[in-house]
Amino acid sequence: MSHAAELPLIVAVLVGLLVLTGAVLTLIGSLGLVRLGDFYERLHAPTLGTSFGMACVLLGSVLFFSVQKGRPVVHEVLIGLLVVTTTPVTLMLLGRAALHRDRQEGNRRVPASARPTRQPRAP
Amino acid sequence: MSEAVLFWSVLMAQMLLGLAMFCAAWRILRGPRAQDRVVGLDALYVNGMMLLLCFGIRSGTDLYFEAALVIALLGFVGTAALAKFLMRGEVIE
Amino acid sequence: MSRFLPHPVISAALLVMWLLLNQTVSPGPVLVGLVLALLGGWALAVLRPGRPRLARFGAVLRLTRAVLVDIARSNITVAGLILGRSKTRRSGFLRIQLRLRNPQALAVLACILTAAPGTAWVEFDAEEGWLLLHVLDLIDEESWARMICDRYEEPLMEIFP
Repeated sequence: MSHAAELPLIVAVLVGLLVLTGAVLTLIGSLGLVRLGDFYERLHAPTLGTSFGMACVLLGSVLFFSVQKGRPVVHEVLIGLLVVTTTPVTLMLLGRAALHRDRQEGNRRVPASARPTRQPRAP
Repeated sequence: MSEAVLFWSVLMAQMLLGLAMFCAAWRILRGPRAQDRVVGLDALYVNGMMLLLCFGIRSGTDLYFEAALVIALLGFVGTAALAKFLMRGEVIE
Repeated sequence: MSRFLPHPVISAALLVMWLLLNQTVSPGPVLVGLVLALLGGWALAVLRPGRPRLARFGAVLRLTRAVLVDIARSNITVAGLILGRSKTRRSGFLRIQLRLRNPQALAVLACILTAAPGTAWVEFDAEEGWLLLHVLDLIDEESWARMICDRYEEPLMEIFP
């Protein structure tokens, strides 16, 4: 890492903290994939990594390259935009696919429709 | 000094991200259903992308940025196609 | 706006993306980017997705801030839920009736709810406006419904009239 030798200490500490925070958040999200018990619960787990986990790592990268090159380097924003716009789409598609499959199999634990089921009227 | 700080923190972050990838891979292998595996695959893509960004900081080149961008795009397309497949049994209707 | 530049915002975004990818502002890439932006605007005009009419720029900023604060808060909550004991957690489906009908506003709401850890959009019934959510921390159904109506639905109805 000889390229980092001339970096100011405060920047190095800041970059290290940002990258570590992002990695810890992502790890907790992925641990959720292992620990949570149900598919619909596990659907929430990856969003930890794709929201603030990724934001922290990207910020660290932007800060590092901007200081190292002596000019603003912000093209990491593109990755952030891409992930922020695509993650909800994939997770929504997956949720709907799972709901569809569960309903086809007659799984009782998922709601039969988005509308509340009306109680049949007493005769 | 700043070299050592950066080296150890980025190395640590890479190890944590590697562990995160391991967790996602465990979910892919374990299942139990196809949709669980696809969620694991999606998480694996994102974790791998962040690991590449860390490699970029460590090596000081922005060559890794392009690879990360491609992984993010491919991950989206792949997961969307798999979700579509799970819903209908066909990718193209 | 005009036939020459039908979608100015999209075209500007395309130009910025092109320059970010190239990492320069030298004349060559700017020229290629301008051509790309114009072509993109025309292609979008041919596809005709319908133009979102954004009203109230202040409301957009306020909604963005609320969403960022909520995502930060729910990041911490969900991290605690994952690391905590599984016996105390109670997750489940939640139904909310929305007054929102604008498809673009609904798309934005879906993205906000799914991107925030702890809530996931599962299904929407377009006829009666019933939304089916999955919530990781379903302790108080009432407060979730109120939170989504007050913090997201109201501003979105303001933004997309």
